[in-house]
Amino acid sequence: MNGLDWIVLLVTMVGIAAYGAWHTRHTDHLDTYLKGSKTTRWGTIGISVMATQASAITFLSIPGQGFESGIGFVQNYFGLPLALIVVSAVFLPIYRRLGVYTAYEFLGGRFDAKTRLLGAGLFLLQRGLAAGVTIYAPAIILATVLGWRLDLTILGTGLLVIVYTVTGGSEAVNLTQKWQMGIIFGGMMIAFLILLARLPAGLGFGGAAHIAGAMGKLQAVDFSFDPEKRYTLWTGLFGGLFLSLSYFGTDQSQVQRYIGGAALREGRLGLMFNALLKIPMQFSILLLGALLFVFYLFQPAPIFYNRVEWQHHAGGSNAAVFRALEEKHATLHAAEQEKIRAWLGTRDHGNVAAEPAARVAMLAAQGATDAVRKEAKAALIAADPLAKTKDSDYVFIGFILDQLPHGVIGLLIAVMIAAALGSKAGELNALGTTTTIDLWRHFRPLAAHDEARNVRVAKWFTAFWGVVAVAFALFAGFAENLIEAINIIGSIFYGVVLGIFLVAFFLKQVHGTAVFWAAVVAQTLIFALYLLRHRFPVLDISYLWYNLIGCAVCVALSLMLQFMLPDGPGQSPASV
Amino acid sequence: MKSPPADPPSSDENPGVPGFRTWRGIYFFVFLCFVFAVALLALFSQWFA
Repeated sequence: MNGLDWIVLLVTMVGIAAYGAWHTRHTDHLDTYLKGSKTTRWGTIGISVMATQASAITFLSIPGQGFESGIGFVQNYFGLPLALIVVSAVFLPIYRRLGVYTAYEFLGGRFDAKTRLLGAGLFLLQRGLAAGVTIYAPAIILATVLGWRLDLTILGTGLLVIVYTVTGGSEAVNLTQKWQMGIIFGGMMIAFLILLARLPAGLGFGGAAHIAGAMGKLQAVDFSFDPEKRYTLWTGLFGGLFLSLSYFGTDQSQVQRYIGGAALREGRLGLMFNALLKIPMQFSILLLGALLFVFYLFQPAPIFYNRVEWQHHAGGSNAAVFRALEEKHATLHAAEQEKIRAWLGTRDHGNVAAEPAARVAMLAAQGATDAVRKEAKAALIAADPLAKTKDSDYVFIGFILDQLPHGVIGLLIAVMIAAALGSKAGELNALGTTTTIDLWRHFRPLAAHDEARNVRVAKWFTAFWGVVAVAFALFAGFAENLIEAINIIGSIFYGVVLGIFLVAFFLKQVHGTAVFWAAVVAQTLIFALYLLRHRFPVLDISYLWYNLIGCAVCVALSLMLQFMLPDGPGQSPASV
Repeated sequence: MKSPPADPPSSDENPGVPGFRTWRGIYFFVFLCFVFAVALLALFSQWFA
């Protein structure tokens, strides 16, 4: 990065944060602080919902996922449009009719205080854990490739988001997310266009897509019923539906984005905006990764994309082994290019007879290159058992730094940080709100009438969670695959929380005690499934299924317990 | 201290979107777009396989 990149980065990031904090500095009404401005329209709500979900990991890891495994990850989002329809038709009207600040407030009215506290507690636990990951994930990657200090990167981004989220609450979050998403869309589009322009002459999008497809990178839909496959149409539709229903319908970081606004219509249209755009958006980011794969087939590609990690271990006594691997990779890479060009030649000349053999040769060459990359990872582990061997997260950022012009590099780094700030702001806002409304006001019921005090407390709790997230990011170690780490944490908790809400919405005969204990048992079961998955291979299923299992067990047990438990005090259902 | 209530019953109110008279119509449209997107992705996979 040069001076121009730094100017672009700092002006956009600090400028947006300062604008958000300044514009909302007089936010002193609790309603505005927790729900945002009453004049918010559907476009702002839609963008805010999108920005909260799309963290920096979306733009760092997902291109890497497309590069490494192809675009099949898009199936993870197949349940999302269906879930948003349900949230818009069922959840949102009830939240607005009751005028609640948090989703868990609704549980208190429908069931009892302990179920409300359980729902809020599960949210605070899982979102608090994820909050550390969302701030750590981009920081570790940016710090590694740019040579920044990790602790300062975490502190810098963390403090920036804390300042404007604490100052302006939901209104500041909505306002800044709008500008941040503008930077993100603009930056990603520029990166995509430059990538297309840098493909070999005459190849074009069609040629690149045919190469990626032949190498298995464009298998978007997998109809297989194999339960061991992580991403199929069915895991996406069913697991993804439950994950999305839980995330959008019961996770306060999302609920808070759409329960405000001028009218019910605005929240609903904001959700439909996401239902229409999310799959195309994720597809585009994955496709970018698949095209990066093709781009590096025709470039002198590194053997290992986390070059800093590779260089770190490539010296000293291992130097000869690492250099030999690099030379072997370069030779195989050149041979692979020849095979690809030969295959393209058979296609261009319509040589149908020679095409299958050329394709087999090309795939064999690709297999040989993949094998030497695996050897490189094994060499890293041999050199240092703690070495980080997952390098796909570094593919896109490496492309940005190597291939994009100065100024655009700063813009793309701003994209990553904008995404981190946008999602982090939504999370902190929700954590602060839930702690204030569902915990603090529960134990200080008389304070509910002091609006100024409520706003002050909400600001303190927002700052508290910001500090917790920053501390967690500074001192905790995380799973290498960061986007999956977040999804796994979510899936462990979301199914059960969704089960509680589904019982609340649709099973009017079930009371608080039954659903409370059903949720406790279901959550314990999911923890057991997760913790025992390595000991008992039969339990090693795709984490997306945790959503469905947790939800189904919670609902079924609630019904069973309701029949078994005697009616007593606290057993009468409240009206919704 | 709750926020001001609230919206009128909403099941079939006019969504105020040109071409749609009910929310059910909008949901059906979104569902059709989803089916169309999945079908396009499946075709995309086949075309470039």
